[in-house]
Amino acid sequence: MSKAKAVEAVDTKKLKTRKRQKEAIARTWWGNAFVFLFLGLMAVFMLLPFYYAIMQSLKPMEEIFAYPPRFYVVNPSFNNFRSLGILTDSLWIPLSRAIFNTVFVTLAGTVCNVVVSSLAAFPFAKYNFPGSQFTFKVITKALLFTGAVTAVPQYLLIAKAGMVNTYFALLGPAVAAPMGMFLLKNFMSQIPTTMLEAAELDGASIPRIWWQIVLPNVKPAVLTLIILCFQSLWNMTGGNFIYEEKLKLLPTILQQISSSGIAYSGAAAAASVILMIPPLFVYILVQSRVLETMAHAGIDK
Amino acid sequence: MAKRKNLGRDIKRYSVCYFMVAPYILLFLFFILAPIIIAFFFSFTDFNMVKFPPDFSGLDNYIRIFLEDDDFLIAIRNTLVLACVTGPISYFACLFLAWFINELHPFLRAFFTVCFYAPTISGTLYVMWGFLFSGDQYGILNNVLMDLGILSEPYQWLTNTESMLPIIMVVQIWMSFGSAFLSFVAGLQGIPRSLYEAGSVDGVRNRWQELFYLTLPSMGPQLLFGAVMQIAGAFSIGATITALMGYPTTDNAALTVVTYISDFGSIRYEMGYACALSFILFVIILATHWVIEHIIMKYASD
Repeated sequence: MSKAKAVEAVDTKKLKTRKRQKEAIARTWWGNAFVFLFLGLMAVFMLLPFYYAIMQSLKPMEEIFAYPPRFYVVNPSFNNFRSLGILTDSLWIPLSRAIFNTVFVTLAGTVCNVVVSSLAAFPFAKYNFPGSQFTFKVITKALLFTGAVTAVPQYLLIAKAGMVNTYFALLGPAVAAPMGMFLLKNFMSQIPTTMLEAAELDGASIPRIWWQIVLPNVKPAVLTLIILCFQSLWNMTGGNFIYEEKLKLLPTILQQISSSGIAYSGAAAAASVILMIPPLFVYILVQSRVLETMAHAGIDK
Repeated sequence: MAKRKNLGRDIKRYSVCYFMVAPYILLFLFFILAPIIIAFFFSFTDFNMVKFPPDFSGLDNYIRIFLEDDDFLIAIRNTLVLACVTGPISYFACLFLAWFINELHPFLRAFFTVCFYAPTISGTLYVMWGFLFSGDQYGILNNVLMDLGILSEPYQWLTNTESMLPIIMVVQIWMSFGSAFLSFVAGLQGIPRSLYEAGSVDGVRNRWQELFYLTLPSMGPQLLFGAVMQIAGAFSIGATITALMGYPTTDNAALTVVTYISDFGSIRYEMGYACALSFILFVIILATHWVIEHIIMKYASD
């Protein structure tokens, strides 16, 4: 942005806030107090399991077994994180393999989803080709069908196709998920058609317009899609599709540890703390872009 | 849709579009749409993974589900109870929390958004609720209540039939601030200031009038999208139950259609029956969505 433009933007911003103060709709003080109290209580409720997980992961063994259980830690230690390594050493397959599986599936799935979805979203957003409206309506309806509901017939198909115990069984449903296509299509609809027409007049083909004009203009939506994909793939357990030990994913290993009772609750908490850091970190990094995209997430009628 | 004069010419003109959408459409057909169609066809057979091809059994599965299967009645009752409670509560909680944080300072707004969205990001952290509600001597809730003198002995939160559904509701609502919440937060940010200025001139006096006369009617698309996400979530409760309470639960008190499907699908291998159950759940979800969609559209178009 040029300097003059920036100054202009600041000025209009100032003007807007001044106007807003003058004409804003009245707010009562007790209304504000109630809002803050409610938000505060909700935030405590939301963060409770996070707080508990972090405290539990830092507790040394004698504090985990202390009675009555404490909600805070007296002598924090990283023993649980170390014992996690020892615990997972006794597994058939080293932990590093599970980490590789999860990282690979997350990265490959995210890249494939972004490429495939954005390639398809552009024609749906900007070209009224025969069948496009009906097809997109079907895809929008498919947002209703969560994995829990399609699990059994999906398993039958994937088993019949011989994809059980392969990465394809994990990647396929993730790449086909309608959410990314839906978000990108809505975001791409905002691009001015005149811009595309100008490029077309200059002789650019549709795939070239997609690559050189559309993609650079939908960066926020692509980033959002990366976040959504990343977190859902990262947390995937592989459930029905993976039985082979060497293909098991990180969250599955975590579940095996946390189901072993109170003695391992420190290690289980440590594992879930480690597991939640990457997606949380990535989300905080780009959260303003995420909101920019979700503003276009509506379903138009 | 305008009627096309030259279908053949249009298809030719846009042929490159078909190539671009083809990879996604093929994946979508195979992994998302085909399962639904397959569920429909297998629901009329006795398919069980051993006998192939399966025998056509007509409406047998459906007759068994509705007339003979007492567990299904429990499952459908629990599913409906959970959906009717968590669906509306989570929907309105998303909406009101998004509305509350809308006017905060941008930093506070970002902080609260992360707070509420965090459970969705940290996929498996809900297992921590298991420790909080644990029935043994290390359960946090039991200890707090015993300290306060409300309980005299530990209560088995995760295995007593009366407390199981309420706990699932708490955990499910805790997890429900997902994409619907984000789209509400973003949608509220996108409403132009001028609308409120015009409203205050027209006599909108307090924040409730502002919400009902100005804000909500201009958020139709977001409200519809939120409804889709929350309906889908409210009817698919299953994984949290199995993780916190195991399967089967005491007296099937927390049996839902989703856990019942996975029972037939991955324990008993009665796939025909599981497909019939899946298809019934599809129909319930679609019907609910159809009704809610009409209510929202009627409201938002006024």
